[in-house]
Amino acid sequence: MTKGRYGIHGGQYIPETLMNAVLELERAYEQYKQDETFWEELRQLYRDYANRPSMLYYAEKMTKDLGGAKIYLKREDLNHTGAHKINNVLGQCLLAKRMGKQHVIAETGAGQHGVATATVAALMGMECTVYMGKEDCERQALNVFRMELLGAKVVPVTTGTGTLKDAVNEALRVWTARVQDTYYVLGSVMGPHPYPEMVRDFQKVIGEEVRAQLLEKEGRLPDAVIACVGGGSNAMGLFYDFIPDKEVRLIGVEAAGEGVDTERTAATIARGSEGIFHGMKSLFLQDEYGQIAPVYSISAGLDYPGIGPEHAYLHDIGRAEYVPATDRESVDAFLYLSKTEGIIPAVESAHALAYAMKLAPTLAKDKIIVVNLSGRGDKDVAAIARYLGRDLHE
Amino acid sequence: MSKLAGVLKQHKKIFAPFITAGDPDLETTKKLILAMEEAGATLVELGIPFSDPMAEGPVIQEADLRALSAGCTTDKVFDMIREVRKETDIPLVFLTYANPIFHYGTDRFYARCAEVGVDGTIVPDVPYEEREELEAACEKYGVDRITMIAPTSEDRIQEIARDAKGYVYIVSSLGVTGVRSEITTDIGTIYRKIREVTDTPAAVGFGISTPKQAAEMARLSDGAIVGSAIVRIVAEYGRDSVTPVKEYVKRMVDAVNHCGE
Repeated sequence: MTKGRYGIHGGQYIPETLMNAVLELERAYEQYKQDETFWEELRQLYRDYANRPSMLYYAEKMTKDLGGAKIYLKREDLNHTGAHKINNVLGQCLLAKRMGKQHVIAETGAGQHGVATATVAALMGMECTVYMGKEDCERQALNVFRMELLGAKVVPVTTGTGTLKDAVNEALRVWTARVQDTYYVLGSVMGPHPYPEMVRDFQKVIGEEVRAQLLEKEGRLPDAVIACVGGGSNAMGLFYDFIPDKEVRLIGVEAAGEGVDTERTAATIARGSEGIFHGMKSLFLQDEYGQIAPVYSISAGLDYPGIGPEHAYLHDIGRAEYVPATDRESVDAFLYLSKTEGIIPAVESAHALAYAMKLAPTLAKDKIIVVNLSGRGDKDVAAIARYLGRDLHE
Repeated sequence: MSKLAGVLKQHKKIFAPFITAGDPDLETTKKLILAMEEAGATLVELGIPFSDPMAEGPVIQEADLRALSAGCTTDKVFDMIREVRKETDIPLVFLTYANPIFHYGTDRFYARCAEVGVDGTIVPDVPYEEREELEAACEKYGVDRITMIAPTSEDRIQEIARDAKGYVYIVSSLGVTGVRSEITTDIGTIYRKIREVTDTPAAVGFGISTPKQAAEMARLSDGAIVGSAIVRIVAEYGRDSVTPVKEYVKRMVDAVNHCGE
């Protein structure tokens, strides 16, 4: 088996034109991974720029209302730019800078990764171009303007379904054409090696903080940690540190869209099968001939037909559980958290909350679950209003 | 040397046209293969359409989507080839992506290639490092795994070329497939490095559309591969594209065969 494998998953399935760039990235990452000055600079950015550590908040009203396990929320929504995406982007842009790259490109779904990349590119004085599906540009118009404010160029992608997978296709194509001076900031734990490993390493701070914070508050580890999964970066970041602790359940929540039994879904583990796409072997939603399926979710950030290879592996070996949450359940959770705790979650994170709301009442009161509140919901307010039948446009 | 490489060696220069199978329908694809053979093509590259062809520019992306919307499937492509094989021996090579092969079942896919008479496959998203994915099945069924060498390959050129089967596909320039006004890569140097380690023929593709470009690439290597320029004619004329494609291929074949003059 070749490099970057998680069981049978992972690998480096990319065109020859990109191969040397990916190998250069792999070498650079191997080098800086060992370089304490790199991590010191990154930790300083996490602290002073991104507002880390993010709070671990005991959702007391929610806990009492649901009447079961104690619920803690990991407040990644309080990070600069409002989501966990900044953790990865700071790491990758710092690496790009050390590699001497002046131009960064990124794909984005909901716009959170694009905004984070535009933000850090501004901070580090780099040129930035973001590829975003045309449909997503419309769903998240405010984020498009936000990226432009930050000095980035946003290119709407009209090919395919005009969503996240098409944005990745286009970013890869553009990278092929500008490979010499361009760094591709991939936004999730996916793509060819070393991206899944590197993005996980830049996100694992989430789980490490949860461990330390919960040990301080409760003197013990959680019984379950829950995160939404599209490509899976916030989930991988939360899970990673707990993988050796077998007593901690790792639960990933996929976007079921209108239901896992409908064609309007993005639940890869529930409905997908093994495949090779976007540089990796993993699980994908596809038809009987391996054509990648059009996917659907109310959440632009989870609207992706694959899942990171390490998740596919954790699923294979039974270490993590993956469950679906529908649009309806997630919108209900979105409304519930807003009213109950005064926190408006990203519709992506609302998928994790939706499952936590099902699970908590089934567990005893001395159990503890941690939900990753991976992003804030300001960007989703108009879309939720439309879902509820209110004619509200940004 | 493989059978395909042996056949190609008999030609002074190679001209390899590419079309997407099933665009606009498989009946037209069959006619196009025969017409291109008559026009003097050395071999034909056939794209099995994929929903997300990451190495293709807009012209071939759209052809793939047209073929898929028209109901083209991998099985139907195999059936069409079985039919066309009754009428021609021209070498046929598939160009497709890892997933349609993997999902079909790699062993089953190559078994069918051998059964219907496909000589080789080009799979852009299976690079040298991941060759194990296809190697065993290719060898078992005697189908050549044709590899690509890019302007960025540098020290990988000879490593890849040493392993080459059928022919080496030299990618002319950075970026995806599509017509280009100019090719600036130093093809001569890449070709010489390939020649140092293998006798397998090496032809240049990506961005070639005019007879002048084709002749230039054939002068610097063993031939030219042309895709988007032909797919564009198919897009324009649809079922009536057989005659214009044949005329175009004839002009290109002439240019390639007279590239030394």
